[in-house]
Amino acid sequence: MAGTGYFTSVEDVTAKLADTGYLASAAVATTVFLADALGKPLLIEGPAGVGKTELAKAVAQASGSRLVRLQCYEGVDESRALYEWNHAKQLLRITAGKDETWDEARNDIFGEEFLLARPLLTAIKGDEPTVLLIDETDKADVEIEGLLLEVLGDFQITVPELGTITAGRKPFVVLTSNATRELSEALRRRCLFLHIDFPDAALEQRIVRLKVPGVDDALAASVVKVITALRAMELRKAPSVAETIDWARTLLALGADSLGEDVVRASLGVILKHQDDVVKADARLELGKVLDS
Amino acid sequence: MSGVPGRLVEFVEALREHGIPAGPSETVDAAAALEVLGLDSREQMREGLAAALVRRGGQRAVFDATFDIYFPLGVGAPSQDPVDDLAALRDRLATALAANDQPELTQLAGLAVDMLGEYGGTAGSGGWSAHQTLERLQPQTLVVRVLEAIRAGAPEADFTDRLDRDDVRRRVEGFRGLVRTEARRRVAEVRGRERVSRHAVPPAADRVDFLLASRAQLAELRRVVQPLSRKLATRLAARRRRHARGHIDLRRTLRRSLSTGGVPMRPSYRRHRPGRPEIVLLCDMSGSVAGFANFTMLLVQALRDQFSKVRVFAFIDACDEITHLVDTGAADPEDLGARILADAELTRWDGHSDYGHALGEFVERYSDAVGPRTSMLILGDARTNGGDPNLDAVRGIASAARHTYWLNPERTALWSTGDSEAHAYAEVVEMYECRNVHQLTRLVTRLLPA
Repeated sequence: MAGTGYFTSVEDVTAKLADTGYLASAAVATTVFLADALGKPLLIEGPAGVGKTELAKAVAQASGSRLVRLQCYEGVDESRALYEWNHAKQLLRITAGKDETWDEARNDIFGEEFLLARPLLTAIKGDEPTVLLIDETDKADVEIEGLLLEVLGDFQITVPELGTITAGRKPFVVLTSNATRELSEALRRRCLFLHIDFPDAALEQRIVRLKVPGVDDALAASVVKVITALRAMELRKAPSVAETIDWARTLLALGADSLGEDVVRASLGVILKHQDDVVKADARLELGKVLDS
Repeated sequence: MSGVPGRLVEFVEALREHGIPAGPSETVDAAAALEVLGLDSREQMREGLAAALVRRGGQRAVFDATFDIYFPLGVGAPSQDPVDDLAALRDRLATALAANDQPELTQLAGLAVDMLGEYGGTAGSGGWSAHQTLERLQPQTLVVRVLEAIRAGAPEADFTDRLDRDDVRRRVEGFRGLVRTEARRRVAEVRGRERVSRHAVPPAADRVDFLLASRAQLAELRRVVQPLSRKLATRLAARRRRHARGHIDLRRTLRRSLSTGGVPMRPSYRRHRPGRPEIVLLCDMSGSVAGFANFTMLLVQALRDQFSKVRVFAFIDACDEITHLVDTGAADPEDLGARILADAELTRWDGHSDYGHALGEFVERYSDAVGPRTSMLILGDARTNGGDPNLDAVRGIASAARHTYWLNPERTALWSTGDSEAHAYAEVVEMYECRNVHQLTRLVTRLLPA
């Protein structure tokens, strides 16, 4: 099975992604390398804000390929995902060539010139290296999954009037899902699966340092410590990496160089998005103090 | 079969037994992954196999535990830097925990199991016990020492210091996990991998038996409530949408066509009533069944957008409405059970469940809760403690409600054993076995009307 061949080893993946500003855990790097080496699509699940979409962008940047993105939503259909005939242009073409026969006109108006390529076709057609990102696959209807099977399994698309278009060069495919719906077994089987979870403390600290350079080591460590504690509570929405970074930025803007109790309470709204959670976290963090002193 | 392919196939078979449906094509993918990655790095191998064999989140814990049995870190007793006695082991453990030194912790887990965990003497009957190791080692008593060691390094007192204690507890919990893994590995060497993987690997969260779940597992279950409810909501909404796709109302279309000279210009569709059912839960909150009832309550509460009305009642030997408790409980599901027991009047005498009286009381006091739009779910093990099952009350409820279902957390084989009246009730209302989240999810989607 031929892969896309963007990377030479797992270490290579880690290094190249790090150059683009994406710090990959061992699991992420290994799976990306496998997807690249085996030429299989990569299905990424995980909580919101852990960098699923970022990863696809980072891979595109690291391998110097273009990024083609299909954003899925409820009701996305063939003409939005695959291709569409440019009817207006076809009509113009028919009125322009008044004297030609039916056969000539027919052969002409169903040519590539009148085909509007949508993301999936675009990704398959080009000869340059491509990363195809199918974002929030779970938002799309089940019918679209059937459509994806042909594309992801054989990297080809059948247009009835033109025949089958096969990829000249395999794209690196990334599908993301927030698991609001079970994706079909058939789709899962064609992909390598990667569950990105919250990173461990050391990695998250490095991410904060990288994304918010103004934060020093001690503050980054404190920030990550509080976030880890919050995740251990049963909250309605646990803070993710995106929130950690936002929080670090907020603290920087507030001019805080260490985490005081007041600062935390004032900025808790940045990391927690439900009032219940804020109340609970507040109570818990206080409780810890009473027990300790 | 032998070598890597043989081991891989055995591994996949073990995974299948734990409900990870890996087929031949996955096995081939896994082999291809191994070929590309090589066997040099165990962690890369683990991630590679996981990418090919695991298909959804939540299966990873099972995968990891099985992986550790089939592709162990080493063989036999650990040979490097042994320790002399328990005190020395505890010293090293404290240092390692303070530094959060993972390789050293793994090493210590190996040493600890080797030194403290062995039981039985003669070949074949003995083994290694994680429980015994932890009992003798008592790692949780090291928390204070570890905390002191950490504080000694960092002079400044900071607000986050108060979180250290929890952090250390998590490290200790992690070490306990390492000991369990190590004990399983050692036992697998004696008893055979297949047997150990079948019995000693804890099941995935959605297959945990409600009645047997430990505290930690119940907490884990609560964590899946939100994602699960989102998934169920999407499924129910999709079904409702499909359902709402109109049928043409022929009579009204023809009638309307009269104004356009008999040509049906505007078809008229049969109108659908908004199909949001009311749901009423009646839960047995006694003893072991409570965990199951709690979980279902939280799930239904999380799904409340899907229903026009949700009411929850609980009983032990008396019956009381607890809708308001579950409502505010959304913020803090941990002590929902305790709060219900404290705030609602569920017991009269001794706190043994009395189905007869409780059901009777429900019919008497809350019969207005059940109407022709109501889907009624009764949760309980139907163990009446020898009392009167009061089938008439159930019959009354069933005839008043649109649907009535009984979800029983016991295995079907145990129904009507001992003091269980399951089959008697099952003749009056539909009763389903509902032992784990997996079954509950299936039942909820199937039973709830679109």
